[in-house]
Order: sequence, then structure tokens, then C-alpha cells
Amino acid sequence: MNQNVSLRLSEVRKSFGSTSIINGVSLDIFEGERHAIIGPNGAGKSTLFNLISGRYGLSAGRIELKGQDITNLDPQNINRSGLSRSFQITNIFPKMSVYENIRCATLWSLGYRYSLFRRISTIRSVRERADEIIELIGLGDRGEKLAGELTYAEQRALEIGITIASGSDVILLDEPTAGMSRAETNAAVELISKVTTQKTLLMVEHDMGVVFDLADRISVLVYGEIIATGSPSEIRSNQLVKDAYLGTQEGVH
Amino acid sequence: MARVFSKKRIIFWALVALSFVLLPMVFDGGFSLSMLSQMGIAIIFVLSYNMLLGQTGLLSFGHAVYFGLGAFVTAHIVNFIDQGAFWFPITFVPIVGGITGLLFALVLGFVTTRRAGTPFAMISLGIAEMVAASALMFTTFFGGEGGIVTNRTAGGVVAGISYGPQIQVFYLIAGWCLISMMGMYAITRTPLGRLANAVRDNPERVKFIGYNPVRVRWLMMTLSGFFAGVAGALATVNYEIITAEALGLMASGNVVLMAFIGGINHFWGPIIGAVLVTLLQSALSTYTQAWLLYFGLFFLIIILYSPGGIANILAVHAPVIKARLFKSLASSYLIIFLASAPLIVGTIAVIEILYRGGAILGMSALVSWSSSLVLIVVGLVVFRFAQRRVKSVWASLDLELRKRGFV
Amino acid sequence: MEFFLVTLLNSLSYGLLLFMLSSGLTLIFSMMGVLNFAHASFYMLGAYFAYQIGAYTGFWIALFLAPLVVGVIGAFTERFGLRAVHRFGHVAELLFTFGLAYVIEEVVHLVWGRAPVNYRIPERLDFTLFTLFTTQYPAYRAFMMLVSVVMLITLYLLLTRTRVGLIVQASLTHPSMVEALGHNVPRVFMFVFAGGCALAGLAGVLGGNMFITEPGMAFAVGSIVFVVVVFGGMGSLVGAFIASLIIGAIQTFSVALNLSLLDFLNLFGLSISEDSFWHSGLSITISQTAPVLPYLLMVLMLIVRPRGLMGNRET
Repeated sequence: MNQNVSLRLSEVRKSFGSTSIINGVSLDIFEGERHAIIGPNGAGKSTLFNLISGRYGLSAGRIELKGQDITNLDPQNINRSGLSRSFQITNIFPKMSVYENIRCATLWSLGYRYSLFRRISTIRSVRERADEIIELIGLGDRGEKLAGELTYAEQRALEIGITIASGSDVILLDEPTAGMSRAETNAAVELISKVTTQKTLLMVEHDMGVVFDLADRISVLVYGEIIATGSPSEIRSNQLVKDAYLGTQEGVH
Repeated sequence: MARVFSKKRIIFWALVALSFVLLPMVFDGGFSLSMLSQMGIAIIFVLSYNMLLGQTGLLSFGHAVYFGLGAFVTAHIVNFIDQGAFWFPITFVPIVGGITGLLFALVLGFVTTRRAGTPFAMISLGIAEMVAASALMFTTFFGGEGGIVTNRTAGGVVAGISYGPQIQVFYLIAGWCLISMMGMYAITRTPLGRLANAVRDNPERVKFIGYNPVRVRWLMMTLSGFFAGVAGALATVNYEIITAEALGLMASGNVVLMAFIGGINHFWGPIIGAVLVTLLQSALSTYTQAWLLYFGLFFLIIILYSPGGIANILAVHAPVIKARLFKSLASSYLIIFLASAPLIVGTIAVIEILYRGGAILGMSALVSWSSSLVLIVVGLVVFRFAQRRVKSVWASLDLELRKRGFV
Repeated sequence: MEFFLVTLLNSLSYGLLLFMLSSGLTLIFSMMGVLNFAHASFYMLGAYFAYQIGAYTGFWIALFLAPLVVGVIGAFTERFGLRAVHRFGHVAELLFTFGLAYVIEEVVHLVWGRAPVNYRIPERLDFTLFTLFTTQYPAYRAFMMLVSVVMLITLYLLLTRTRVGLIVQASLTHPSMVEALGHNVPRVFMFVFAGGCALAGLAGVLGGNMFITEPGMAFAVGSIVFVVVVFGGMGSLVGAFIASLIIGAIQTFSVALNLSLLDFLNLFGLSISEDSFWHSGLSITISQTAPVLPYLLMVLMLIVRPRGLMGNRET
């Protein structure tokens, strides 16, 4: 594996009022790896994602994307630097067609900004990218439908489609299989591995099956601190992790 | 650079243009001509408003500010032309109004578009109040109570056009209306136009696809101000007088009503609203003092029963007609029509009794009151029954349409 | 000094009146997310009802009955209007109240005509309470303040000491949580809406005869109340209170001050000739700018602090 660092978190802290949620997280995500963050409810996984993607400001610490400091940048600027995220609660454009959802997500990266002097349907690069993505996420025959009218699993796929449409090389997926049936989860895992080839993936996931299927490395976040990072087999056999997390969860899955 | 309009669109716009040319020949006479001119102005204004409400999700209660300021600046420019300070063709003064609207929207929009939703609605209202109150302060510019009077023939005769006769003014308005419609339609087809829809649907998510939603709102606001200003300038040319009322709250509220009655979710919806409301205003106001009340009630009914406006009513019936299933609706529609007739007649009777001091149609007060109240009660009962019937027919129809794949 | 004290008292009574309106608006907005455009229309109805009821029963009974009737109308509005459009989202709700404001104004035209009605201060309160230096202070203004303060304390006790009050308070910050706890939120909504309207009605009863009772009063007061709510921070009762007093003071003081920039310049020995280009701009007095000041203040607040004085929610 290539050992270039894609995303680097150094001593990242976040507190809301007097409540400290993230207590000094340092983590290196390597280029091209698939990295999963697991941890019990309330460990701060989603907060960590919100910090990296710029939704919240940091209380302290520093985040670098491909060597560039992105600490406390606006979400749009972080996105333009090549980091794209999905959301745990489906976050799409419900009153626009599926195709339009994807098309809008491609625009900035293809250089169209707030363009007013091009007809969107005549821009070839946008059309080609959108066609490619909509096929990739398996919604090719749903293009004209309103996004709000899709089934839940289809909306989850669209969520991933919007996330990857900008062509960012660092992808953050927040619980991509939450609320899915077994069959839907399997399809989602396949989709995720398909769309993230050649890319760096950081994901939060509750489903241990998905995590051990997809991840090259796993970090365990407990009470806002990373207690272990390593390969799936290392994490499985780590006593600290067993005590803090897996021991109580294994019975469930 | 790709073609801006496809062949189908060019034919479509050519047909619209042709209908504009033919309209004054079909509806000739002074009254219809001035009404058509008024409609053209209203169409530009309401479409510019819907760039905010329908496309960007910004509910503004102060859009008349840009219309009015565009109109006032135009009025002063036309007066300068009239005094011979410089020469500028009247045909192109709408550009002056447009740029005025654009500049003010650029400045005021910077403050307002930082928030969306309800705060935006209130802030836009506050700004409108501020401008309206200033209009009473700066009487030199706004002309106080009397407003600013202009002379639309100030530009002299150019290519045989003096803008003296109303027909010439109508064609000026129609031409600008066509250009504005095409422009605003084209904007919906651009990347910015699509992003405006995205901001309307989900501003938070827009940030995570690389865009600044505030910037999108601001740009749309600025563009919308341009077209509102064009409409304002045309109003100046048309009426040859402009008063502070043009930028007041009533004018702003009026355009909200037009857009909503027509339907904000379709590009063409607001046009229906503009035409209908202009018609209603001129037609009703000649018959009854209470026309504003009818107008308000009509608006409430639209919101309660069809928040998508008239355009939406048409849109939901399109698949029914396509599937040749309208027959099954027709009978229950007839019933609801018959049921609402006494309700409507009764309500109108009560309102008119009140306005005319106790009695209508030569009947005694007692007969007037009791008969109209009976009509309302009967209407209400039958209406509720018919409403239930329509609902159940629609439910089964919806299933059928889904099965056949029309929805 | 005399001018200052009297104006201060006047601005206090006006500010309290504004708070009676803005508190209801804030409560409704915080709980239901609905900005009630018709709020000032209920204020107007309060004034007209008090005038009409008072004509038969006298002021004192009207003082109780009119807000009650307005409250009942508010309850009906919520139950049969707002609740029906709720599923179409906040824009539809907002527009519904906007349309309602339109209709109420027209109905007032219809029933009471376009001219102001002769709604007067009750005779028993029409006397001079005390004389401050040379200014006679009317008893009715003091009475207004008294009722406002009593109302305020009642509202405070209602919100902090009763079960319903606690639910309402909780809904100010965590509306969805309250629903999750299994409270009948729609019914609480109806009561809050009715209560807010009744408060507005009471303000109308008190303000209608102090100022003027005419069909334009709703629009005139309505936009000021919106300024108060934005300025204080949407959803904050404390913010609304402070903003009511500030805006009340600014309006009262600015109307009373007949100074212009020109006078200010004269103070420094500068004089501008009457035919100078700047003369008409500089001769505008503070009282002439009075209608603009609240809005200007609001815009400034939005530039400096977009969420308002005490606002915490970005809705």
C-alpha cells in the first residue's frame, strides 16, 4: 500500500459548552486505504465527521488534507479541496429529479461554478459524468423520478452518488447501510467497494459485517478518544477493544 | 459554445411572440389594450418574483422595492430626456430600470440573503418598510403624495414610433415581456438556476457539494431585481406617473398572491396568476367594493386546498386525461360544483349585504339575511359530502394511474 | 429633564404594549415554527371588539370579553386553518396567516368602515394622575402599564409554575423532544396560538383607545412587532422584552425630537444656505426619520449579529 498520508488529524478537540465530545484525536488516513471508525453510541463518530467536513468548527487541533491545512474552513471550501462526505440521515434534494441531483453535484469540480451563460444540458462533461455515476449507483432507470419519491435504499444509493459525483479522492461515508435489510446491505457493500476503488475512504459504520468486509484498517473511538487502530484482525484480537466495545456488541450481531 | 435554445424551443417562443402580436387585434378597444399592457408588466414582475420563491425558496415580502426603485429612476431619466439634458431611446429605458433594480438587489440582497426561511421573509418585510418609509422622507426624489409625473413621448419619434398611442406602448411591453420570459426561462436551465433549486431543497447539503448557498441566493436575488426593475420601468412608461405606492407593502403582497395563486412550482404557473389576478382586479373592482375581500378569500382557499396553485391543479389532471380516466372524475366534480354554488352565492350575498347596508336585490333585510344564511348552511353540508366523494374517487384513481404507469 | 422623564414614561408604556404583542408572536413562533402574519390583525380585532362590546357593556367588561373573543377566534384559526395547511410546510402556513391578515382587514372595512371609530378612553380613567413639572400625566397611560405588568407577571407564573407552562417552555428549545415525550402537542399548539392571540387582543383593547382604532392599525403595528422579534432574536422571550423596550423608546423619543442635522451643524457655527443641494437632505428632522429608524436598527443588527440580540436558534 502506498503510504502517503491523505488526511491527517492532529490533537483534534471539540467541546459543546462544558461538555467535551472529542478529546484529542490524532489519526492518519493513508492514500487509497479504506478506513472504518467504529465505537459505541455517543462515542463522537458523527461529531468527528462533522469536524473533518467543516460542519462544526474545531475547539483545538489541526486537520490536513493532502498536506493542506483545512482546519475550520467552510464546508464548501473543504469540498473543493477534494473531500466529500455523505450523511447518516439521508440528505438529498427531494424536489429535484435523480439525474439533477447528480448533475448539480458534479458542477463545481468540472469548473462551472455559478455559471449563467451555459445551458446545463449542453455541457458534455457534466452529462457524461452524471450518466456514468447514475449507472454506477444502479439508478439508471430512475433518472427522471423525483429524488423524494425513491425508496429508502434507492435514496441511500443516491446519497452515495451525490457524494462521489464531484470526483473527490477522499470520501467520508457516515453509516451508509443504516436502516437497511440484509440484502440491501450486501448490495450497498458492493456499491461502496465499486465506487471507492482508487480512492481514500473513511467510514463510520455500525454493522460489523460491513466493517470487516470493507475496511483495510479500523480505528476504535470510545468517549472521544481513539483507543486502537489497526488491521481487522488486530482489532478483533485487541483486549482493550474487546473490553470497551466488541464484548458488549458481539452478541447483537 | 453550444446553442442556447433548441429548435423546439425556438418554435415555441416564435408562437408566443406571434400570439403577442395578435392579442391586441383580437381584444381591441382602449380598455382591453390597457389591461393587456398591465398584464405584460405583471407577468415580468411575477416571474422575477418566482425566481426567488419558486426557484430559490426565498419567500420575500418586499419585492416591490426593486420594481418601484426601477420605476422611479426610470421616471427621472425620462424627465431628463424630456428636458433635453441628454437623449436616450425610450425603447431601451427598461434597461435603466433593470440595472437600477439589479444594483439595489445587489446591495440589499447582501443583507437579506444571509438568512433563509422565515427570518428572510421578515427581513425582506423590514427592508421594504424601510424603503417605503424613506420614500415619504425624500420627497424630492419620490415626489411625495403626488409622485413623479413623466412624459413617455419624451424620446421623440424614432422610426415612426412616438409611444403616444397605447398600441405602441403595448408592443413595447410585449417585446420586453417576451425577452424577459426567455431570459428567465433560460436562467432556470443554467448551472446557477439548477443550484438555486438545490439551495431551495436543501441548503445544508449544497455546501457539501462545493457551493456557498448564500452566494447562490444573493446571485438569484440580484438577477431577480433586474427583471423586477424592467417591469417597473415599463410601468413608468405605461402610466406616465409613479407614486410611492408602487414600492409599498401592498404592491409586494400583491405579487406574492399572484405567484401563489398561479402556482410557484412551475415556471408558467405565476403567469396564470398574473393574468387572472389582473383580470379579477379590473373586473371585480368595477362591480363591487368588496373585491379585495373576495380576492383574499380566494387566496385562502387556494392555500387550504391547492397550495400548488392553479398550475398544480392542471398538472395533476394531465395524467388523468392522458389515461382517459377523466370520465370517472367528472360526475363528482359536477356535484362539488353544484354544492359550492349555494355556498359561494350565500357568502357573496352576506358580504354584499354588509357593504350595501342591510339588504340586496330589492329584498327586505330579513329576507336577504335569512335566505343567504340558509344558502351557506345548505352549501356547507352538501360541500362536505361532495368533498369526501371526490377524495375517495381520487384515491382509487391514483391507484389505477400508478398501476398503469401514468404517475 | 421634564421632556426626558415624560418621554421615558411614555416609551415605557408603549414598550410594554409592544411586548404584549411580541411575546405572543414569539411563543407561537418558537413552538410551532409559524410566523403569524395576522398577529397584528388580532390586535386590531381586540380594539374593534372592545369598541363594539364596550358600546353595550362599558369598558370594564369589554376589557375581559374582547381578548377572550379574540382568543376563541385564534383557536378556530389554528384548528381549522393552520392545522390543515401544516402538512404543506412552513411557507404555506406563513402565507395562510398572510392571507388571513388581508381578509381580516377587509372584514373590518366591511363591518366598521374605513374611517377610524370613536373608541375612547373610559371616563373614569380620563383624568390626570399626577403633574410632572408642567406636564400632566394621564391616568390611562399608568393603567396601561399596570395591566401590562400584571399580564407579564401572570404570563411568567403561568410559564414557570404550571404543567402546561413547563411544556410550552420546553417546546421553546426542544419542540420535537416534547412531542416524543407524548404530550398532545396539537392541543398545546391550539392553546398557545389562542393565548398569543388573546394577548394581542388585550394589547388592542389597551392600545386602540390610547392611539387610534382604524383599519390601518394592524399593518402599522405589525411590521414594528416583526422588527422587535428579529431585533430581540427570534424565539427568545427575554430578547423580545428588551427589544420591545428599546424599540418603544426609540420610536417615542425620535417622534418627539424636532432636531435636524442642520441644527446640529448650526451648533458648530456652520450654516448651509437654503438653495444648497444638501439643504433638503440635511434639514430632515429626527422626527421625520422616526418611521425609518426601527428598520434601520434592525438592518444594522442583522449585519452585526444576524441571530439578533438573544437569539440562539437558526430557524
